[in-house]
Amino acid sequence: MSLLKLTGALLALALLGGCAAPKTVDYSAYKQARPKSILVLPPINESPEVQASYSLVSQVTYPLAEAGYYVLPIALVDETFRQNGLTTANDIQAVQPAKLHDIFGADAALYITISEYGTQYMLISSDTSVTASAKLVDLRTGTTLWTGSARASSEEGNNNGGGLVGMLITAAVKQVINSSTDAAHPIAGITSARLLSAGQRTGILYGPRNPKYGTD
Amino acid sequence: MSKAVKLALTLAAVATVTGCQTAPQPLYQWESYQPQVYEYFKGEPKEAQVEALERDLQKINASGRKAPPGYHAHLGMLYMNMGKDDQMVQEFRTEKALFPESAAYMDFLLKNAKAGVATK
Repeated sequence: MSLLKLTGALLALALLGGCAAPKTVDYSAYKQARPKSILVLPPINESPEVQASYSLVSQVTYPLAEAGYYVLPIALVDETFRQNGLTTANDIQAVQPAKLHDIFGADAALYITISEYGTQYMLISSDTSVTASAKLVDLRTGTTLWTGSARASSEEGNNNGGGLVGMLITAAVKQVINSSTDAAHPIAGITSARLLSAGQRTGILYGPRNPKYGTD
Repeated sequence: MSKAVKLALTLAAVATVTGCQTAPQPLYQWESYQPQVYEYFKGEPKEAQVEALERDLQKINASGRKAPPGYHAHLGMLYMNMGKDDQMVQEFRTEKALFPESAAYMDFLLKNAKAGVATK
């Protein structure tokens, strides 16, 4: 019977703890700020691939909006910066939070840096990977609410063991194989989902438009 | 192994595998919004982008679900680029109605458009 008890205990743990892994980062400022809307600034690109910034930033709305936030229109925001003479991500990310709040009326801004984007060709295989980090800043106070980073690679698809992320990766890898022009673009989509989805340990919190708001 | 143990083990396995994988219904019907944002950044022809977004909007409306944040504003920007100001205003107002969080930015854009300093 002890095995049964142990299994029962494990089951209870899996059910209770499954999706609510303990948070290890300090969310107090985040919870106090309760941002409703997020302005995603053009990402700083440290990789040699010029398309990295637009490739990633065009895919950040999905995880953030599904998490429950209003995400300002990505391309339109970019146009507004251009009209105001700001054309580089470095210049834009240096604008004062209060000024951004005046123009866009967003509660928070997301500052992204891409450190890796592209394909490394090796003897037998090639590895397409994308790595990015992000910082969520309260635009009223300038306080940093959250930071995170994520990486995705085409080489994960071979032994991902199934599951949702595994399926996403497998699908992305198929696209990589079929796409000679921008193999890293679908991988950037995985990086974005990992970096910016709610309901993950140390991830962003659910926003007001998600029914799970306030449960994490 | 007793039946009870087997059942418990099976349940535990199911709980472990499916624990966090039960994907709820997405909040929005996305269609091609994100790919069209990428098309815009890549400088692809705007007529084709408008066509795709208008077609997808019909699908979204027919389904009775919601377009994602930014969809109408993005379409409005494309109309603005093409000189279709009436349609631009309409889309910016729709964005604002669906997402009051966008009000300050949409008002800023509408004011600029009225003042004749709209993009391109």
